[in-house]
Amino acid sequence: MADDRKYYLPEGLPTPRAQRNGLDREYWEAAKRHELVVQRCKGCGVFQWGPEPICHKCHSFDLGWQQVSGRGRLFSWVRTWNPVHPALRGACPYIVAVVTLPDADNIRMVGNLLGDPNQNPSFDAEVEAVFEDHGDVALVQWKLR
Amino acid sequence: MSEYSIKDKVAIVGVGETTYYKRGQASVSEFRLACEAIIKAADDAGIDVRDIDGISGYANDRNEASRLATALGLKQLGFAGMVWGGGGGGGSAAVGNAAAALVAGFAKYVVVFRALAQGQFGRFGQAPVSKDISGPGAYTAPYGLYVPAQWVALRTRRFMHQYNINTEPLAAVAMADYYHAQFNPRAVMYGHPLTREQYDKSRWIVEPFHLYDCCMENDGSAALILTTADRARDSRKKPAYVMAAAQGSDYRQGATIENAFDYSSSNFKTLAPRLFEMAGITAKNVDCAQIYEHFSGAVMVSLAEHGFCKPEEVMDFVTFENITAPHGKLPVNTSGGNIAECYMHGLELVAEAVRQVRGESTCQVPDCKISLVASGPMVTPVSDLIVHSI
Repeated sequence: MADDRKYYLPEGLPTPRAQRNGLDREYWEAAKRHELVVQRCKGCGVFQWGPEPICHKCHSFDLGWQQVSGRGRLFSWVRTWNPVHPALRGACPYIVAVVTLPDADNIRMVGNLLGDPNQNPSFDAEVEAVFEDHGDVALVQWKLR
Repeated sequence: MSEYSIKDKVAIVGVGETTYYKRGQASVSEFRLACEAIIKAADDAGIDVRDIDGISGYANDRNEASRLATALGLKQLGFAGMVWGGGGGGGSAAVGNAAAALVAGFAKYVVVFRALAQGQFGRFGQAPVSKDISGPGAYTAPYGLYVPAQWVALRTRRFMHQYNINTEPLAAVAMADYYHAQFNPRAVMYGHPLTREQYDKSRWIVEPFHLYDCCMENDGSAALILTTADRARDSRKKPAYVMAAAQGSDYRQGATIENAFDYSSSNFKTLAPRLFEMAGITAKNVDCAQIYEHFSGAVMVSLAEHGFCKPEEVMDFVTFENITAPHGKLPVNTSGGNIAECYMHGLELVAEAVRQVRGESTCQVPDCKISLVASGPMVTPVSDLIVHSI
C-alpha cells in the first residue's frame, strides 16, 4: 500500500529543479516551505500556469506569485499500469491527477492522488494539496478531502 | 471563400512506402529507409527522383532535407520546410506546406516524407532517464506523467466524463483498425486478426487504454510526391487533388502542465471550419476518413470536432459497423492505421487517403471520391487534409 511507503512513487525519478533563468524559482522555494503559489500578473491580475515571462492576457512582463489555499477539484485522473520509466518498474499501478484550483482562475496542476492506487475517485471531487519532502525539494501531492 | 486558397491547385501524384517493420526489425538505417521511400514515391509518380526540388517534413524528422537532397543528387532545392512540434500533428500540415510552396512557385515537385526507426533511436513510449529535470517537465515527470499515452488518456477520460461515454467507441476503433489490416498485406498486423475477447483481456497500458488501443512502434518510411495541377495531368496514376488543408491550434492549447485551454478537445475546433470552407463541402460529403489514432480514444473526439457526429452522439456513431469499409456510414482508417498497419506517424494515413480516391485501397470504399485526413489529435499543432479525385 502506498501508505507504507516513504513516497508515493519510488525514488529514481528525476528531481525537479528551478529553471536557470529564474522563471519558476519562487514556486520551488515556496514548495519547500509547504506553500503553494501560482504565477499571477501584477498588471491585470490573471493567473497563469505554466509560468511564462509574459502575461498572456495583458502582455505585461511584470509577473508575481500568489499563494493559494491548496484546495482544488479533481479534473481528470488516470491509472498507469505500464512502467514508462525504469524507476516505475514494480510501482504500477499509480494514479496521476490533474487538479483545478478554483481560487486561481481554475488553472490546473498535476500530482499523484495519494492513497489506494486502485481507488476510483469521482470527477470533480474535492482535493487538497499536501507536500512530500524529497531532500532539498518538495513535491505537491493531492489527497481527497 | 477567401481568394487565397490552394483548392485543386496541387495534387498528390506519387506514394512510396518501405516495408513496414516492427520496432527494431529494419536491417538498414533510418536515413536509407527515407531514401527508399522517396525513390518509390518518385517511381509511382513517374518522375525522375532528381526532379524533386522541394522537401517537406514534420515531427522533427532526423533525416535533414539538405542531407537527403545531397544523397539523392537533387539538381536543386527550392523549398525545405519543417512543421513545428514533435508529434504526428504535423502530418497533414507537411502536405499543406508542400502545397503552399508549389502554389507560391518555390518548387515544382515537393516530397513529403517521414522516416522513423524507433528501434534505432528512442521510443516515444519510454521516458529518457535523467537525474534532474527543469522546465514544464519538472511539474509532471516526478509524478510519473511522461508519455503521450498518459496525456491522451487524461484528456480522453475527461471527454468521456463530460459526455457520458463508455469504452465501446474505443474498442470499435481498435477492432476496425485490426479488421482493415487483415486485407492489407503492407500492414504489420496483416495475418494477425484481433478478437473482441483478446481486446478485452489485453493488459492495461494506461486506463482507459488497453494494449490494442495504442499505436504500434515501428521502423519504416513513407513519402508522397506533390506537384502542380497542370503537371499532375501527365502523371502515371490518377492524381489525388488537394481539396483543402489546414493546420494550427485553438486558443492557448499549448499551455504547459496540462493547462490546454480546452482540455478535452482534439484541437480541431478552429481548423475544421477553415478546412471545410476551403474545400467547399461539409462532413456529409466525405466518403471515408483517416483519423490519427495514436490512441483509440482520440478518434471519437476528432470525429465530433469535424462534424461527423455531435459529442452526445458518439456512442451511437462510433461503432464497428459504422466505421468499417466498405459499407459503414463513414469508413475510418481503412488501411489499419497507426494501430494495425504501421505507426509511420500518420503519414501512412495520408497515403491511404490517396489510395482511396485512386480506387487502389485494400479496403476500397465503393466510388470513393473524397477522403479526409486528421493528423495528431490532442497535440499542438494539429492538421487536416482533404483529397479528392476529379
